Amino acid sequence: MVNRKLVGAHYGLMDWLVQRITGVVMAAYTVVVAFALYTGAGSSYERWHGFMSAAPMRFISFLCIVSLCWHAWIGVRDTWMDYVQPAGIKLTLHVLTLLSVIGCGGWAVQILWKL
Amino acid sequence: MTKRILKFNIYRYDPDVDRKPYMQDIEVEVDATDRKLLDALVKLKAKDDSIAFRRSCREGVCGSDGMNINGTNGLACLADLSTFPDGKTIVLRPLPGLPVIRDLIVDMTQFFKQYHSIKPYLINNDPLPERERLQSPEEREELNGLYECILCACCSTACPTFWWNPDKFVGPAGLLAAYRFIADTRDQATNERLDNLEDPYRLFRCHTIMNCVEVCPKGLNPTKAIGKIKDMMVRRII
Repeated sequence: MVNRKLVGAHYGLMDWLVQRITGVVMAAYTVVVAFALYTGAGSSYERWHGFMSAAPMRFISFLCIVSLCWHAWIGVRDTWMDYVQPAGIKLTLHVLTLLSVIGCGGWAVQILWKL
Repeated sequence: MTKRILKFNIYRYDPDVDRKPYMQDIEVEVDATDRKLLDALVKLKAKDDSIAFRRSCREGVCGSDGMNINGTNGLACLADLSTFPDGKTIVLRPLPGLPVIRDLIVDMTQFFKQYHSIKPYLINNDPLPERERLQSPEEREELNGLYECILCACCSTACPTFWWNPDKFVGPAGLLAAYRFIADTRDQATNERLDNLEDPYRLFRCHTIMNCVEVCPKGLNPTKAIGKIKDMMVRRII
């Protein structure tokens, strides 16, 4: 098969937009947690547990985990796209990255649900 | 400025003669009438005619004498000799990321292939008007900072993403030209142009490093144009 250069996958915009939106979500989460720590939510285990297990916190923590995973997947995949040229190695790295991100995301959700 | 001696350290490679590239030290005397780096290079060429570089208009319009000057891409005809400190060696290399044909001359095929891929011409299927296709002053204003590109390739060859994926990433020069036609109210192929760029490689390999802005000898801003293309793509889907 002739090795023609192929472009036109049509998912560039979606990923670019998602990376920015997830970045905003994580930045907002950081502000919320920083404010909570500033106001003493981390002064004892009980207070911290109570803060993190409240329904709104579970909701935004889950959003943050999903955002982090999605953001990381696009960011790491971008790095492979930049620097790795052979298609086979690139696909392998993509799959490994995706599996790692899903694993870490699932693990984080388990921790969150145990609260 | 009186007579002065300029020291050069120049990238040399002639594939017919040299097994591998090397850097050559060479000096040349310039006088008060020699204002630009290109003037010095012309004198250098008179001294050693085996040195190869491109040149044409010598006034920053043709874009043929783009090279890497002391680590930064630029045009030899616009680089002022008075900005080079006395006694300090001027290091000249070919534009990075493109195959070297000989010495400071690079093969621009890939660069122009990407430029042509964005269809750098107006697409308008309406019948030809009697005189011309008119624009309002505001519509014409939008093209300022876009049409002035001279295709010297200083920007694209300063872009790390273009170094890694020159066959897939359009590059700052091509994307600036793409937006020049996307922004043109006389053009009717806006959707096709946006479709053509909506790809993880062609447009979205740009990581806003902004080397292109830093080196553009015409003071243009490809990063801003790329941002506007992304902006139009977002507005198209919401």
